[in-house]
Amino acid sequence: MELAIRNVTKIFDGFTALDNISLNVRSGELIALLGPSGSGKTTLLRLIAGLDFLTSGQILFGDEDASAKSVQERNVGFVFQHYALFRHMTVLENVSFGLKIRPARSRPPAAEIRRRALELLDLVQLTGLENRYPNQLSGGQRQRVALARALCIEPRVLLLDEPFGALDAQVRRELRRWLREIHDATGHTSIFVTHDQEEALELADRVVVMNKGRLEQIGTPDEIYDNPVSPFVFSFIGESSSLPVKITNGQVWLQDRTIGLTEPNAPDGPATLFFRPHDIEIVDGCGGCIAGTVVASRRVAGTKHVEIEIGAEQHRVEIELPVEHPAATRSRIAFRPKKWKVFPASGEPLYHTAPAPAETHPATMLGRVAV
Amino acid sequence: MADITSNLPGLTYGPATYRSPVTERRGTRLILIGLTILLLVLFLVLPLVTVFREAFRAGVGKFLETFQNPDARSAIWLTLLVAALAVPCNLVFGVAAAWAIAKHKFPGRAFLISLIDLPFSVSPVVAGLIYILLLGTNAPIGGFLYENFGIRIIFAIPGIVLATIFVTFPFIARELIPLMQDQGTGDEEAAISLGATGWQAFWYVTLPNVKWALLYGVLLCNARAMGEFGAVAVLSGKLRGETVTMPLQVELFYNEYATVAAFSLASLLAGLALVTLIIKSWLEWRYGDHLAPGGRTH
Repeated sequence: MELAIRNVTKIFDGFTALDNISLNVRSGELIALLGPSGSGKTTLLRLIAGLDFLTSGQILFGDEDASAKSVQERNVGFVFQHYALFRHMTVLENVSFGLKIRPARSRPPAAEIRRRALELLDLVQLTGLENRYPNQLSGGQRQRVALARALCIEPRVLLLDEPFGALDAQVRRELRRWLREIHDATGHTSIFVTHDQEEALELADRVVVMNKGRLEQIGTPDEIYDNPVSPFVFSFIGESSSLPVKITNGQVWLQDRTIGLTEPNAPDGPATLFFRPHDIEIVDGCGGCIAGTVVASRRVAGTKHVEIEIGAEQHRVEIELPVEHPAATRSRIAFRPKKWKVFPASGEPLYHTAPAPAETHPATMLGRVAV
Repeated sequence: MADITSNLPGLTYGPATYRSPVTERRGTRLILIGLTILLLVLFLVLPLVTVFREAFRAGVGKFLETFQNPDARSAIWLTLLVAALAVPCNLVFGVAAAWAIAKHKFPGRAFLISLIDLPFSVSPVVAGLIYILLLGTNAPIGGFLYENFGIRIIFAIPGIVLATIFVTFPFIARELIPLMQDQGTGDEEAAISLGATGWQAFWYVTLPNVKWALLYGVLLCNARAMGEFGAVAVLSGKLRGETVTMPLQVELFYNEYATVAAFSLASLLAGLALVTLIIKSWLEWRYGDHLAPGGRTH
């Protein structure tokens, strides 16, 4: 089932939760809605399901306008963040609920319902647990019951709200791989919400990055990571460092010197330079590079994270070096980013590792990959 | 735990002398427990014992004789009838009110919550008087009903039932609202996303989730419905054998110096209350997790 979201806006009591969102989902695709909390990703998912109603815009299921249809009419499978399993029903009763409550004319016979439910429990690897109650299951098992229950009604679209949010890291990784397998086996068009970029980048065919109710970027995980189109996406996805710079005639200036990077298309004026801490090269003599003093160095697993203070204004950036690199505190170090981007300075705070959502305006893409 | 504390400097308590930091000293505990027991005995156990002792003072024969009295019999039947009408009404009202308040957001919701508590704060006698003013044969509504249909509400059974419904209204709603609010709307959303209609979601999901709290509320409501005195006293008119409920009959007997009869009937009321209490305690013990607000099993 193809899905089209056209100019969807949602306003809650004067607060714009979604601002003119448009998105096309291809049949059989697995899409991740990724963003910090408050970015509107869950709201969008609930609008698609029909659990909330949109303020303006359209949601199309195939060619059919579903905007005004009720949840029941839309026939979507929804997996809730906290599973919302019916605690007074067994696993089997939970899974078969959606079929049992159908009106007699569209309800399969009891034996068929049972067969289908058991088949789905087999698919989610819970065979033998059909007579347990939800409180007798582990978090991961409940998650899988919730998925089987949503699949049992043969939904046109499968929607998952933070499907692994309440699970511990180990189970998350296992279930992630397993969800991909289920998706490939059943072929449902699926959309899941997550704030975990690793989850989105690993699992999804395409990632939709959202911030403050707006779409920042839509693309494959590789495109999102390699070609971020806004400061927000660059700083939200993966590790990043940034420096305030100035552009004059296509030359990138750091304070009073050029750093050997050119961007012919960039307009003159203040800008922000972004690069990945691991995408740099250490240079010896500094004719056109970024140089600074090492203020801290941490060994994180297989790499060394080195914090460098640059220039009189003491901007700090982080780069990654091989463990054996001799960079010591207070020593001078010079480097040049291999891949980088500049965005015109917006004056907005950036989103690095801070958990709170930061305000950024979508900026025109100006960067390019230095070869 | 004793192992941990014994390793701390200055804390050399062995397992026998270990004391939880939030427990009071032995003396304080004894005084508090003693006071509680004293109050319970003075204000609850003694009166109860007295009721039964007075009832049986003239022997079991005299006790049973009371229940041969036609007035007493009609009072018992009337009380059961009133409870049988009032409790189902409040079951429906209570569930509807709790459902509306806990699962929906609408303007005036906070006001509705306060309104539900009104019968707790208004004196039952005042409530009774209000009904007389509204529904008496001289009042507009009551007069209309009496003149056109010959229906008497005040000083008749409908008035008693109305008064009882009013007084016992909050019990079921109050029991359900915190639990339903705590459970949220997640389960209902899951049900409708699976294709359930609103009614199916209510019947198959909401109601089973609150069934024990509902039963508990019904028991409390029933106990109060059978024991209500004030509002019923105002509205009944005390027509012997017609509009006198058990608590009113107890008073009538007592005022006529029929002490044994009064206490016999009172002991039956007390007995019913005790049975209710026992069922309630058993429910609490058996299904404590489901009853306590916030007692989600997962």
